[in-house]
Amino acid sequence: MYASLPDAAGPQVSVIVDGKPVAVPAGASVAAALLLAGAVPSRANPVTHAPRAPYCMMGVCFECLVEIDGIPERQACMIAAAEGMRVRCAPRSSPPERS
Amino acid sequence: MAMNADAIVVGGGLVGSAIGYGLACEGLRPVVLDEGDVALRASRGNFGLVWVQSKGLGNPPYQRWSRTSSELWPELAERLRTETGIGVGHHRPGGVCVCLTDEEFGAREQMMHAMRSQMGEDGFDYRMLDRGELKELLPGIGPAVVGGSWSPYDGHANPLYTLRALHAGLAARGGRYVPEAKVQTLSAASGIFTAATAHGRFQAPRLVLAAGLGSAALAAQVGLHIPVFPVRGQIIVTERIAPLLRMPTLILRQTDEGSVMIGESREEGRNDDQSGIEVVHRLAARAVATFPLLAGVRMVRTWAALRVMSPDGYPIYEQSESCPGAFAATCHSGVTLAAAHALRYAKYVAQGSLPEEFQVFHSRRFGSDVRLAS
Ligand SMILES: Cc1cc2nc3c(=O)[nH]c(=O)nc-3n(C[C@H](O)[C@H](O)[C@H](O)COP(=O)(O)OP(=O)(O)OC[C@H]3O[C@@H](n4cnc5c(N)ncnc54)[C@H](O)[C@@H]3O)c2cc1C
Ligand code: FES
Repeated sequence: MYASLPDAAGPQVSVIVDGKPVAVPAGASVAAALLLAGAVPSRANPVTHAPRAPYCMMGVCFECLVEIDGIPERQACMIAAAEGMRVRCAPRSSPPERS
Repeated sequence: MAMNADAIVVGGGLVGSAIGYGLACEGLRPVVLDEGDVALRASRGNFGLVWVQSKGLGNPPYQRWSRTSSELWPELAERLRTETGIGVGHHRPGGVCVCLTDEEFGAREQMMHAMRSQMGEDGFDYRMLDRGELKELLPGIGPAVVGGSWSPYDGHANPLYTLRALHAGLAARGGRYVPEAKVQTLSAASGIFTAATAHGRFQAPRLVLAAGLGSAALAAQVGLHIPVFPVRGQIIVTERIAPLLRMPTLILRQTDEGSVMIGESREEGRNDDQSGIEVVHRLAARAVATFPLLAGVRMVRTWAALRVMSPDGYPIYEQSESCPGAFAATCHSGVTLAAAHALRYAKYVAQGSLPEEFQVFHSRRFGSDVRLAS
């Protein structure tokens, strides 16, 4: 789970957060990229609709869920940012339908 | 150094904590001794139902006791909220057992009918709902659902908040919870019980053995008999979603925070709390057949925990004959019975004897042909 701090002056990767490219240190987590990009709040709580953002940064709180490369509800703090990765912060727009 | 209390409760799970809190409500100063994180602890891994509708066929006192607890739950939840500030997420909207085939429905109907018959004039409120009626209660059900049984007594609560609130309530009323205090030996002399732990010896004139699976090994030292064994259960929890389930079902419930819990598996002969893909797959498949929408919802975590089971599945409550101040308490449904344990069972312990109708819960019903916990 833990890795050495990425060197801010070292190599960078570019990820697309809500359509905008953001340069982040290679090895940083997607959650770190969200914070660097100022992309907070990154979701809304599906029950209360309260705004949420990465919080624990270690896989425990599940407040950092975002869509990554088309897959929804991924834990941004547990995934390393990679070149060209597409991250979508938009909270789940509507509650699941009731059939 | 001996530390004195009015009562020693061995085990700080839902059963021991509810009784400890209840004893404190009776004006006693109990000490609750708990082994700690290394122990197998059902109270930390259960499903959270306060469930009545299918409990006690063939055992009317158990059926009544479960219902009493469900009726006392609002009082317990409210007390805990005012005394500790902790809301335990208790709701009593009624509950449903969903049937996916006509056979399941038929068997359920028979069972519910028998449950009502054995309650006699106490009555037993339930209804068998066909698909259309069930859809009104639970709009998300899928085409595979045939119908289900509904009863007004069922509900659910957050078991972890409940445990925390019981501990806080105990402390607020002058009792103590001592973690990392595994009881190694129990002894009785001149009406005083001594529990020896790595944290020293604790002494009190009353003792309640409520150590879940740990009770089996300690019971004989104070003239009790608690032949419990583990039955593994597995649970899936999903991401939080907007409110979907208005009331709990036997295998699915939605928490206040939006997570959907999927449970109800039983595996005997397993002593470990590892979860495994086959059971998780079966649970998920049934959940999706019941609520197709769940197919698109992400699982966050799965886990397993060990139930504390007696040979016939009913609770064991007894008072020691050789050491009369010692009581046993263990049950298969510690969430359901938490309110009865806190607000009734603790009273009996404080008064010093169990009521006559509790004879059915005595371990002598197992005779000598008992299955020992492995
Ligand atoms: C998967 C699963 C789902 C369940 N779902 C439900 C449900 O929906 N509704 C419901 O009502 N019930 C449910 N249950 C059952 C419920 O969880 C248990 O009945 C209840 O938790 C038992 O509580 P307990 O205090 O007896 O045991 P435990 O929680 O196991 O606690 C025993 C405690 O004793 C301590 N201990 C052990 N040995 C010693 C010792 N020598 N000295 C000191 N302390 C000791 C341990 O540290 C432990 O904390 C479920 C159980 C499982 C496993
Ligand atoms: S920030 Fe807590 S789980 Fe990701």
